[in-house]
Amino acid sequence: MISAAFLAVIILLALLVPWLSPYGTGQASDFQFSAPDRQHWFGTDVHGRDVFTRVFAGARISLLVGAVGTAVSLVIGVFWGMVAGYVGGRLDGVLMRAVDVLYSLPSIVFVIVLITTLEGHVKRWIGAWAPDWVPAARMLFLFTGLGAVSWLTMARIVRGQVLSLRTRPFVLASQSLGASHRRILLRHILPNVTGVVIVYLTLTVPAIILYESFLSYLGLGIQPPDASLGTLIAEGAAQINPLRVFWWLIVCPGAVLTFTLLALNFLGDGLRDALDPRDG
Amino acid sequence: MYFLRRLLFLLPLTLLIITLAFFLVRIAPGGPFDRERSPASPAVERALAERYHLNESLLSQYLRFLGLKWERQPDGSWKRASGGLITGDLGLSLKYRNHSVSDIIRQGLPVSLALGGTAFLFALGFGIPMGFYTAVRRGQTGDWMGSLVALVVLCVPGFVIGPVLILLLALKAGWFPVGLWGTASHGVLPMATLGLYFGGRVARLTREGMGQALQSEFVRTAQAKGVSAAGVLLRHALPLGLMPVVSYSGPMLADLLTGSFVVENIFQIPGIGVFMVNSSLSRDYTMVVGLVLLYALLLLLLNLGVDLAYSLLDPRVRHE
Amino acid sequence: MLVALLLLAPGCSRAPRADLVIYNGPEAETIDPHVLTGQPDGRIAGALFEGLTRFDPHTGRGVPGLAHSWEISSDGLRYTFHLRTNAAFSTGKPIRADDFVWSWRRAADPVTAADYSGFFFYVKGGQAIATGATNRLEELGIRAVDPWTVEVTLVNPTPFFPDLCAMRIMAVIPRATVEQFGDQWVRADPLPCSGPYQLESWRPNDRVRLKANPHYWDASSVGCARVDLLSGDSPTAALNLYLTGDVDFLIDKVVIPSELGDVLVRRPDFHSYAYLGTYFFRFNVTRKPFDDARVRRAIGLVVDRRRIVERITRMGEQPASALTPPGAGGYTPPEGLGHRALRATNAADYAAAMRAAVLEAQRLLAEAGYPEGKGFPPFSYMFNAGGGGGARQHENIGVEMQSGLREHLGLHMELRPVEWKTYLSELSQLNFDLARGSWIGDYQDPTTFLDCFLSASGNNRTGWRSTRYDTLLSDAAAEPESQKRMELLREAEAILTKEEAPIVAIYTYVGLFAYDPDRWEGIYKNLTGEHPIWAIRRREGGPTRSRNTAEIAPAPAP
Repeated sequence: MISAAFLAVIILLALLVPWLSPYGTGQASDFQFSAPDRQHWFGTDVHGRDVFTRVFAGARISLLVGAVGTAVSLVIGVFWGMVAGYVGGRLDGVLMRAVDVLYSLPSIVFVIVLITTLEGHVKRWIGAWAPDWVPAARMLFLFTGLGAVSWLTMARIVRGQVLSLRTRPFVLASQSLGASHRRILLRHILPNVTGVVIVYLTLTVPAIILYESFLSYLGLGIQPPDASLGTLIAEGAAQINPLRVFWWLIVCPGAVLTFTLLALNFLGDGLRDALDPRDG
Repeated sequence: MYFLRRLLFLLPLTLLIITLAFFLVRIAPGGPFDRERSPASPAVERALAERYHLNESLLSQYLRFLGLKWERQPDGSWKRASGGLITGDLGLSLKYRNHSVSDIIRQGLPVSLALGGTAFLFALGFGIPMGFYTAVRRGQTGDWMGSLVALVVLCVPGFVIGPVLILLLALKAGWFPVGLWGTASHGVLPMATLGLYFGGRVARLTREGMGQALQSEFVRTAQAKGVSAAGVLLRHALPLGLMPVVSYSGPMLADLLTGSFVVENIFQIPGIGVFMVNSSLSRDYTMVVGLVLLYALLLLLLNLGVDLAYSLLDPRVRHE
Repeated sequence: MLVALLLLAPGCSRAPRADLVIYNGPEAETIDPHVLTGQPDGRIAGALFEGLTRFDPHTGRGVPGLAHSWEISSDGLRYTFHLRTNAAFSTGKPIRADDFVWSWRRAADPVTAADYSGFFFYVKGGQAIATGATNRLEELGIRAVDPWTVEVTLVNPTPFFPDLCAMRIMAVIPRATVEQFGDQWVRADPLPCSGPYQLESWRPNDRVRLKANPHYWDASSVGCARVDLLSGDSPTAALNLYLTGDVDFLIDKVVIPSELGDVLVRRPDFHSYAYLGTYFFRFNVTRKPFDDARVRRAIGLVVDRRRIVERITRMGEQPASALTPPGAGGYTPPEGLGHRALRATNAADYAAAMRAAVLEAQRLLAEAGYPEGKGFPPFSYMFNAGGGGGARQHENIGVEMQSGLREHLGLHMELRPVEWKTYLSELSQLNFDLARGSWIGDYQDPTTFLDCFLSASGNNRTGWRSTRYDTLLSDAAAEPESQKRMELLREAEAILTKEEAPIVAIYTYVGLFAYDPDRWEGIYKNLTGEHPIWAIRRREGGPTRSRNTAEIAPAPAP
């Protein structure tokens, strides 16, 4: 459970550092591009902002994006895939073809349309009763949009598992014993797909975080001066060149992201081992 | 029977998809001819819109796109407007106005196919053995190290891996060219950049699938029957263990074959990956729909293949 | 994995390397010289087609091209061009005066839908044709006196008219090919070209290959027989290709990573120069409180231009208070907002001048009814994001402005990045508060900038109208005496940048291109960044192609 502790530490840092830090995330200073030193543990960026504070504020945003997006994809995807795989036949066909249709549509256009047509309305609506939350509107769209795109593959993977599970002896036995479909789904099928689901979840979180950074690259992501880890990494990628490298701008956010995701993955492993029922 | 039915549905489904794409992309704000410099006069703007039929109603444009629009001629007769989908004409690109959509696809697709195909094989060649190894050595050092590698590769995005590979292997060491396309050595770094990420995913999925398969009663029966350890692994556990990977292969291959924006951008490769993103951003309506058509066909065929593979790998799976 | 490598073998093109490889930038949308708008498109079309004049590689001004000389009438309204007798298309077919007449008519015709047909407004009848007021193309003020003489009649004396004649839209194109193939005439094979090169091949998203045109009147001066123009969107890839010698010439700042600009500029093979472009931001004067000129001036005074230029762009840009860059056709721009600070020669004077400007701004803001920013509604700064390095500059500049406004005036400005097409759409619909803007001049005269803010101009996009401004500009256009004309233009620009300030200038652009001066010659710095390809040639005795470009060290820091 070292990983759980590690993850907890990172989450704690993500929550506390922006609060406790003497530097704000947007606080510019005259010390551009200074390397890590005692005053700025992760150095500074082009505006002289403290990178340590920004990285953990970014971690906060990334974790949130990952969590919400993954939750959306989990709920919709597992349900969809289970029903399709278990019922089979025509319903399976319809559900899976719907997945295919949605998957084929260019997600970028979808995101653009979503943001440009609805954001104005939602902002006004939120502004009416909770004006402080308006900047979060863009983030809300991001989470929803990202979750809406990633449930598709989850559904497909779950359906694949369920297809092979439903002809297993213990399932057939339950059916012949007269168990209701709901009971079979919840007590036999669901626990057995948990493994794959958890693994795929741990794959979804980095995918969502990286997709968010791709969207930021295109101008559709988190709005500045806020930045997520993905945005910071995308900005820092320019430092990989043979001429002049401000290494802390890419290594620091990259390392934090990698360690967080590693911890998440090992945690997922442990979780799956704990939940996995023995066959028989 | 099942698969024949699926094949029959291919065409109407594709039509549905491109119809959705057709209308979706026109809803987004801005048009293909919006520029920083405004046109010389409203007459010019109108002429441009007329030339590409953007001044017509959406329905009219859609019918024209399908090739099902009839126009009244000056002499009073009705004639079908030329071109359209039923003649196999995807139209002219609205952004690259001297090229037709099929032109661009025809020139870029082989390159993306080659890149994507090799990256797919790389991903499988890297991921499946890695996943297999970590599954068999579960809980031991081998598992920790292998999983670490797979996970690190997963978490680092292509636009970081690519430049790092270029910096180390091309600029500093000089083993490979930094970009462009043409010989086998041009393809190594892009293939690795693209394939590593997917390889990591494949490794994780294989590990999971193998882990489950090794515990199933199917395998234990074979063990009890006295089949050798290797035989158990390869003949019984592996096919089952690959199920999650196979499920994932459909969309993965479709994504790979239509080119990757990031990799083609960084390595300056003339595939269609950049078009897939840029056409949405520049509101090149015809290009978007043409590419969606390509992608949809590929995806539907590949998913059909995946479902076929299910029934081959796991004899208990039956499709009605 | 070995199988994978073997699969890569097909799909190769093993054509020999061209003599000159240029990284041109994004893929050209069209190479029809009349219809194109992009700079990469213009470079290709400029090599393939020529007009009465062509651009001088040294100055970027118009010098004799297909016309070897011309006379101007005393009132400045009538130009008589004399065509070269050896002028011919690449197919050998001679170029005559009526080819020009037909080409210009086709370009001005609204049916051709040429975005730049506004240039024909300088020619008599051009505006009427382009706006559709008349559909008789014969009314355009160009006629063929005889097969070798073209006479053009203008609306006003236009001193920069020879520069205009070198623009792509004024080039001569093959009538027979266009009439046969219509819109897609550039895909005809063979394609008759009137310029120094002809088109060998065009692979979208890959490269355009040019080969020398043997029938070009100046074929002996053409430096390289075969030229490749690579198209791509990644400055990082461009730089890498350049460092390994796969690319000889990075032709534009757009294809150079902006984050490394300050390091690259110090290398001997990277050349920076004053460029005819300005970076500014716009107010939407139809929205309160930006309809009040005092508010606009206050915000404009507080912008710390030196800080932006020294800390963010860092390529030697000049901070600017006026819209027109200095030197455009001998024009000195007037002093706009914040000019006093820009005249300071050392840091202390600059700080003092900025403090004075801030006080003035605070006073103006209080006068407008928002002392210390109290009661000022929150507003946003819109800019286009996406596309990597260049766009990141917009964000960084926005962040600087944001902190400056908060610190000095107590105003809360939000940053609003949008993607490109949304940006354009919002701009034309006046759906913004402040928006980032820039303008690159088309020709070397201040009117290329000032005309944008005429009340009727589609490029205005601020909602600002001023009859005084419009009148001054039309008076200047009719003024034959150059000195007086410049005075009128200065007066107009002072209204734009000092009194009313619907826009606030930040800096003038610096152009950047890269090539190894030991191996190449024929590339010069000029205001409009015109680098005619025909003039580029290998330097005699220069080093052969090597992989050393990565090791060319930057010049020692000053």
